[in-house]
Amino acid sequence: MLQAIADGILSGSIIALGAIGLTLTMGILRFANFAHAELVTWGAYMALGVLSLTGAFMGPLAPFSFGVPLLMATLVAMVATALLALAIDWLVYHPLRGRANHLTLVFGSFGVSLLVRMVILLLFGGAAQYYSNTLQIAMKVAPGLRIMPDQIFTLGLTAVIVVALHLFLQKTRLGLSMRALAENPELARVNGIDTRHVVRWTWIIGASLASIAGVLYGLTVQLRPEIGFHLLLPLFAAAILGGVGNVFGAVIGGLIVGLAESISVLFIPAGYKLAVPFMILLLVLYIRPTGIFAGTVGGGKS
Amino acid sequence: MTGFAAYLVFFLIVALTYSIVVMGLNIQWGYTGLFNAGVVGFFAIGAYGTAILVGPDRAHLIGGFGLPFPIAVLGGMALCALAALIVGLATLRLREEYLAIATFGIAISIQLVALNFESLTGGAQGLVGLPRPLFGLFDSPASYNLFYLGVVAVMAGLVYWALETAVRSPWGRLLKAVREDETAARSLGRNPARVRLEVFVLGCVLMGLAGGLYVGFIGYVSPLDFLPILTFQIWAMLIVGGSGNNRGAIVGAVGVWALWAMSGLAISRLLPVAYQSQGGAIQVILIGLLIVLTLIFRPRGLIGEAESVSKHAD
Repeated sequence: MLQAIADGILSGSIIALGAIGLTLTMGILRFANFAHAELVTWGAYMALGVLSLTGAFMGPLAPFSFGVPLLMATLVAMVATALLALAIDWLVYHPLRGRANHLTLVFGSFGVSLLVRMVILLLFGGAAQYYSNTLQIAMKVAPGLRIMPDQIFTLGLTAVIVVALHLFLQKTRLGLSMRALAENPELARVNGIDTRHVVRWTWIIGASLASIAGVLYGLTVQLRPEIGFHLLLPLFAAAILGGVGNVFGAVIGGLIVGLAESISVLFIPAGYKLAVPFMILLLVLYIRPTGIFAGTVGGGKS
Repeated sequence: MTGFAAYLVFFLIVALTYSIVVMGLNIQWGYTGLFNAGVVGFFAIGAYGTAILVGPDRAHLIGGFGLPFPIAVLGGMALCALAALIVGLATLRLREEYLAIATFGIAISIQLVALNFESLTGGAQGLVGLPRPLFGLFDSPASYNLFYLGVVAVMAGLVYWALETAVRSPWGRLLKAVREDETAARSLGRNPARVRLEVFVLGCVLMGLAGGLYVGFIGYVSPLDFLPILTFQIWAMLIVGGSGNNRGAIVGAVGVWALWAMSGLAISRLLPVAYQSQGGAIQVILIGLLIVLTLIFRPRGLIGEAESVSKHAD
């Protein structure tokens, strides 16, 4: 049980990082981006690509399984993922915005997700890959609970990012514009907020966080082209559970989904674990479509 | 029959089966604007439902009711209606995206059940050796396939006729009204949420019908026939053919399925064996490109929706 909770918090924090970007794009750009989870995959593989290109493995920083190269690779991956997101917005979403049926955008994202996943498959192959072959010994923290240092790193990093993002949204002008746009787009525009500027930064922030989530996923689980496909439902469940547009809600939602998935294995066959986010989603939609923290757009028709 | 003619019959059976799915999606998306992202899930429910009801008794499996084929297909369709009701009731009063997300979820969950609930679905091996309707009456597989092509064509024709009749009726005009201007529809005393639910269930039931027909033709079910890519293929068929038009749905189904089959053939001929798995990726990339490019450059598709203008307008 203790182990399941620890594992749940770990995968929950990765889901949370991905869900933050999803909730921001859903809140500000007002469409469900089915390609968001593929940004997670893309980020993870870009970091792998950088690692294999530089090859200069300087040795891990004890006690972690990775070293400075992975941290550098992550920074490159964040840039590469942000660029991909901006390119997709420019090439696909921009021409589709403002069409009669706004679901056309959702559908475009459907096509984009296929393209990104298959390009990764073409470039890197379908087999599972790892950032390093160093075997990490799990530390025994308590009876029945083993944790790897990488996992502690993942948790710590997520906490730092969430706090930083919170400060950004509360204290900076850009953050304020983003919140305003999520809250009430018409009012924000009337007040002279440069929508395009905010949209651009929404993509950059969302994609960067997605790529970090990808690297952490690759670090603690493994890299596969299907990472994004498997994360899509947990990400949506987390974003909707926390209230669309609500960053803090997405984090809590991510943790709840991660915990539920992990604890469910104690009660139902592990094969059904992937269906847990769907059950949470249906439950939320039936009982409280606005999410726990009543997101800005919530479930109401807009 | 020569090899090519036999292949053509086989190809058309599958393409026309898919055309029924595309018409089901068309009534949802093309006419009412409902985004169903879990098409393959409902197709699979119809297929598995039919397989479980029609299959012979097997000691280690639940089911094996050995029901007549038409009744089994109806059973599969009823299961689809139930699943559509569960998802629809939760999402259809919310923003449209929620339906997309929830249907995507149900497709994933159905696949998990197909893979893991072995005593019902046969797991990864699937259910094999299912009776094919009236198979005993034919002296060769080729003539049976020709007969089955007739069955599927008649079913597709019936669905086409029924949907055309429906969309030309007052109820059909109501669908477009709900899609175009919900407030106006409501102000005329209609209940858009109810209309959406009706259409969603109807479309999913048609997908289930196609799933049942598919089982009757191939004689087994396996999770490999219901991969998520099928949802994208069906969507590509509808968008390319032209949503909001049932003829477009059929043209798109045959056209995109031909493109898929031919690109698969070309890749298997041209690529060395070592790169065959990458070849599959190229096929899927073609589907993705087809979707995105059609949306941007030809949103109405090949045929597209007919302009509907009131006869009272000038």
